[in-house]
Amino acid sequence: MLLGTPFHPRTAALCRSRRWRNWSGYASALSYEPGHEHEYYAVRSGAALFDISPLRKYEIAGPEAAALVDRIVTRRVADCAVGRVLYTPWCDEAGKIIDDGTVQRLAGDRFRITAADPCLRWFQDCALGMDASVRDVSSDLAALALQGPTSRRILERLVTGADIAALPFFALAEGRIGAAPVTITRTGYTGDLGYELWVRPADALALWDAIVETGRGYGLAPAGLDALDVARIEAGLLLKEVDYVSSWTALIESRKSSPYEAGLGWAVQPRRGREFVGGRALEEEAAKPSGWALAGIELDWPRIEERFAAVGLPPLVAGRASRDAAPIYAKGRSGRSAARQIGYLTSSTFSPILKKYIALATIRRAFARPGARIQAELTVEFVRQRVPATVVKTPFFDPPRKRN
Amino acid sequence: MNAASPVPRRYDAIVIGGGHNGLVHAAYLARAGLRVCVLERRPLLGGATVTEEIFPGFRYSVFSYVVSLMRPDIIRELDLPRHGLAILPLESTLTPLPNGDRLYRDADHHRTWREIARFSVRDAEAYDDYGRTLFYMARAVKRLLGIAPPDPGRLGPGDIRGLAGLARHFLDLEPDQLHTLVKLMTMSAADFVDEWFEADALKATLSASGIIGTFLGPRSPGTAYVLLHHYMGEIDGHFRAWGFAKGGTGAVAEAIASAAREAGAEIRTDAAVEQVLVKNGRATGVALDSGEELRARVVSSSLDPRRTFLDLVDEDHLPAELVRGVRAFRFRGSSAKVNLALDAAPDFACMPGHGPHLRGAVSISPSIDYLERAYDDAKYGDFSRRPYIDIVIPSAIDPGMAPPGKHVMSCFVQYAPYELREGTWDEKREAFGDTVIETLSEHIPNLREIILHRQVVTPLDIERTTGLSQGNIFQGELTPSQLFFLRPAAGHAGYGTPVRGYYQCGSGTHPGGGIMGAPGKLAAVRVLADLKRGPGRASGSRGGLG
Ligand SMILES: Cc1cc2nc3c(=O)[nH]c(=O)nc-3n(C[C@H](O)[C@H](O)[C@H](O)COP(=O)(O)OP(=O)(O)OC[C@H]3O[C@@H](n4cnc5c(N)ncnc54)[C@H](O)[C@@H]3O)c2cc1C
Repeated sequence: MLLGTPFHPRTAALCRSRRWRNWSGYASALSYEPGHEHEYYAVRSGAALFDISPLRKYEIAGPEAAALVDRIVTRRVADCAVGRVLYTPWCDEAGKIIDDGTVQRLAGDRFRITAADPCLRWFQDCALGMDASVRDVSSDLAALALQGPTSRRILERLVTGADIAALPFFALAEGRIGAAPVTITRTGYTGDLGYELWVRPADALALWDAIVETGRGYGLAPAGLDALDVARIEAGLLLKEVDYVSSWTALIESRKSSPYEAGLGWAVQPRRGREFVGGRALEEEAAKPSGWALAGIELDWPRIEERFAAVGLPPLVAGRASRDAAPIYAKGRSGRSAARQIGYLTSSTFSPILKKYIALATIRRAFARPGARIQAELTVEFVRQRVPATVVKTPFFDPPRKRN
Repeated sequence: MNAASPVPRRYDAIVIGGGHNGLVHAAYLARAGLRVCVLERRPLLGGATVTEEIFPGFRYSVFSYVVSLMRPDIIRELDLPRHGLAILPLESTLTPLPNGDRLYRDADHHRTWREIARFSVRDAEAYDDYGRTLFYMARAVKRLLGIAPPDPGRLGPGDIRGLAGLARHFLDLEPDQLHTLVKLMTMSAADFVDEWFEADALKATLSASGIIGTFLGPRSPGTAYVLLHHYMGEIDGHFRAWGFAKGGTGAVAEAIASAAREAGAEIRTDAAVEQVLVKNGRATGVALDSGEELRARVVSSSLDPRRTFLDLVDEDHLPAELVRGVRAFRFRGSSAKVNLALDAAPDFACMPGHGPHLRGAVSISPSIDYLERAYDDAKYGDFSRRPYIDIVIPSAIDPGMAPPGKHVMSCFVQYAPYELREGTWDEKREAFGDTVIETLSEHIPNLREIILHRQVVTPLDIERTTGLSQGNIFQGELTPSQLFFLRPAAGHAGYGTPVRGYYQCGSGTHPGGGIMGAPGKLAAVRVLADLKRGPGRASGSRGGLG
C-alpha cells in the first residue's frame, strides 16, 4: 500500500494522468498531465513545483554535531558555514558510496541531512562515543522543490522574514509563508534556478495553495518525476541505484562505486587531520586511481536520425528519460583493433532544451576525457546498432541563473 | 506372481520407502535405465509429505506443509511441473502479540519497513542488511546442497579434490561473510539475531526458524544453523522464499512418483520391508513383512539412519563404531501438528477480517522468552503450556483444499517432546490439542466456534505413521554436529554403507531434512557411479575408497 505525502490531497486531485510511482513507499506522480513535456518546460522557462516529501531527513544536534557530520560525509563540514548547504556523498569503510544528499547547517551545532534511503542506523552507529544525537525527522517535514527561472520571483512575493533575492546558491534561510514557518534552501535536482522548502506537515497544504496561487502569473506547473528525470540528467546529477549502486544494495563488489568512480571526486576532501568513514580507502584510491570513471556522453544526433530514417521512421528516442543500461564501445588507442566494450550508459535522455541526445555513463577512465570518440548501443526498430558518440563535460546544461 | 511365490522377483534396484526422497532416488535410477522398484509401507506415497482427506471435503497436509528447499535442478530434470507440481507463493508473515498489536511483514518492502519501524527504526533498517547477509550465507552454503560431502577425516582422492574445491569456494567469501558463516555454525539463533535487532517480536519470529525440528531452545547454541537451513531454499531464483504446493505437500510426492513411473519405476504401496537380505557382506534383496522376497543388486533405504542401520539389517553386518554412532544420533522429536477443518476463515484479533495475512504464515512467537519458556517445559518432559505455533491456511491460497468458504488450517507446534515425563502420548493427545486451541484462541477469538474437525498429530503419531524415529521431522536433528560429513555418522556420510550394494538416500543423509530431494538425488548419483565402476569392487561407505 502506498502512502500519500502531506501534499497528497492536492497532488491527487491534479494528477490527471493517474500515473504514479512508488517513491520510498509514497505515491509520487510521474506526471500530472498525460505527458510530461509541459512540466519539463516549466522547469526551464517558468517554475515547476515538485513534491519531494519522500526524501529521508535526519537531524543531527549536540556539541559534537559538526564533528559527527564531518565523520560521516566525504566533504569537510568546516567549509559549511551556518546558513549554508552542501551536497555530498557518504561512504562505507571501503570508500564505496552508500548514499548521497545535502547537509544543511541550521546552527553551529545543528544539521539536517537529506538522504535517498534510510540511514538512521548508520548515522547513529557513526555517532557512537560522540556527544551528538541523530533523529529521523522524515515524517516531521514535508518538502517541495520550486524550480525554474521564475521561482525566485514567486518566492519573493510569498516569503516574509527572509531575503530571497540575496539568498546565494547552496544557502538556506528561515522565513515564513503566510503563517507557516519555512526553511528555504537554494538547492534542487534540476540544475536550474531553484529552491527547496521544508515545512511541518500541518502547514503543507497551505504552503502548496499559496505557491500555486502566486505562481499562476509566473508559468508555474506542478511537475512529476518524468520531467525531473530529464532535467536532472541535463544537470549531470546522479540518481542512486541508477547511475551508481549503493554499497548497501550492491550484491556483488563490482557493482559498488567510490566517489571518484562516480564523478564525485571533487566532493572528497583530503584527510589531513580529518577522520571520515572511508577516508583511508579513498586516500589510497586517490594515489592509485581506479580504472573506472563517470562521464557525460553526447550521441551524434544526425547519426541517430539517419539510422531511423533508414527504416523509414522519425527518430523515436525523444520522450521520457531512460534508465535502461546500454553498452558503450571504443577502439583501442591505435584505432586499429576492433571496438571493445568500455562501459555502459546508465541514464540517457533526449534533451529538449539542447536538442541533443545525452547520457551519463560508467566508463573506463582512459576514455573519460572530453572529446574522446566512442560508440553507444542504440536499438533501432528491434535491431541493435552502434551510434558514434563523444565524451563531454557535465553538466550538459548549466544556465548562469542557477548560481546568480 | 503371488506373495508366497518361491521365485523372488528381480530388480536392478529396490528403494525402501516411498517418501519424497525415495521417489526422487527411484526416478533418477529409472531414468538411468535401471529396473527399479519402490516399496512403501503405507497405502499412500509421500511419507512426511502427504495430503490426506481425514475429514470429508477437507484436505490436510498432515505433516509437512510448506515448500522451499526443493532443489530447482530436480524440479527441472524430472520435469515436475508437467507431472502436476505447482508452488504458490506464501505472501506474508504475521506475528500476533499478546497486547493486541502485531508485527506484519510482506513483499511490500516499504510497508514492511514502516511496520518494523513502529517497533524500531533501527531494526527496519537492519532488516535489509540482515536479508542481504543471509542471501550471502545461502549463496555460500548452496554449493553444499549439490555435492556429496567430502570428509576431512578420510582424505581419499575424491575427498581431497572436494575439500580443495570447497576451501577455495569458502575462501572466496568476503572476510565478514566467512565470519558470519562461522557464527551461524556455532551460535544460538537468539544470539545471532540479537546482533541485528532489538524488537523482541521480530527477533523471536526470525529465530523460530532455528528451533524447528530440534529439541533445543532459541538460546541453545547450534540453532543458528537450523535457521540458515530454512533460508537455503529458493523459488524461481528468489532465495528464502517459501511456498505452498497446490494440492498440499502430498502433491509434491505425487508429482515425483509420476515422473518415476514415467521413467519406468515400479511403485508398490502396502509393502513394508521387514529386512534387507545380506549375503557375504552384500545386499541381495529385501524381505517384506508378508514374507515375500525381492532381489536386487542395489538396495537403497530412504528411512532414517536408525531404521536403515539398526532395524533393517543385523547389527553384526556393521562395524561397531557405526552402530554406536547411529545409536547416538539425536532424534528427540519435539514437533507436533494440529490440523483443523474450519467452517469459516479464522478472524485474527490483531488483523480482523479477510486480508493477505491469511495467505501467509502466522507465527505465534511474540518474544524470545516466550519461545525459551516453551522449551523449558519440554526440557523436563512436558509439552509447552504456551507453545510456538507456525500456522498456514492452505485453503486461503489453494481453493481446492476445502469446500468453498470453508478452510483448513495447518498448525505446526513446538514443543511436544517425544518422551513425556508422565503418561503417554495416547493419554495426553487431546489435552495437548486443547492447549494448542487455547493458545490459538487468544489470537483468534472465533476459533472454537468454527472448528469442524481437529486432528492432533503427536510425535508418537508421526513415528507410528511415517516411521520417523521418535517423530523427528528431519530424520535426525539438523544441528552442526549431525551435518555434512557427520550425517548420519562420521565416515558413513557418502550414501553408501559397509554392506556392499546397500545405500542410504533419506533425509538422514547430507544435506538433511525438509522437502528437498537432494539426498535422494545425490545418493542416486553415487549408486550409478558405483555401478559404472562395475560389480565386485568394494563399495564401502566412502565410494570405493574405504
Ligand atoms: C510434522 C512435520 C512437519 C514438517 N514440515 C515441513 C515443512 O513444512 N517443510 C519442509 O520442507 N519439511 C517439513 N518437514 C520435513 C520433511 O517433511 C521431511 O524431512 C521429508 O519429507 C522426509 O522425506 P524422506 O523421503 O527423506 O523421508 P520420509 O518422508 O520419512 O519417507 C520415508 C518413507 O518410508 C516409509 N517406510 C517406513 N518404514 C518402512 C518400511 N519398513 N518399509 C517400507 N516403507 C517404509 C514411510 O512410510 C515413508 O513413506 C516436516 C516433517 C514433519 C514430520
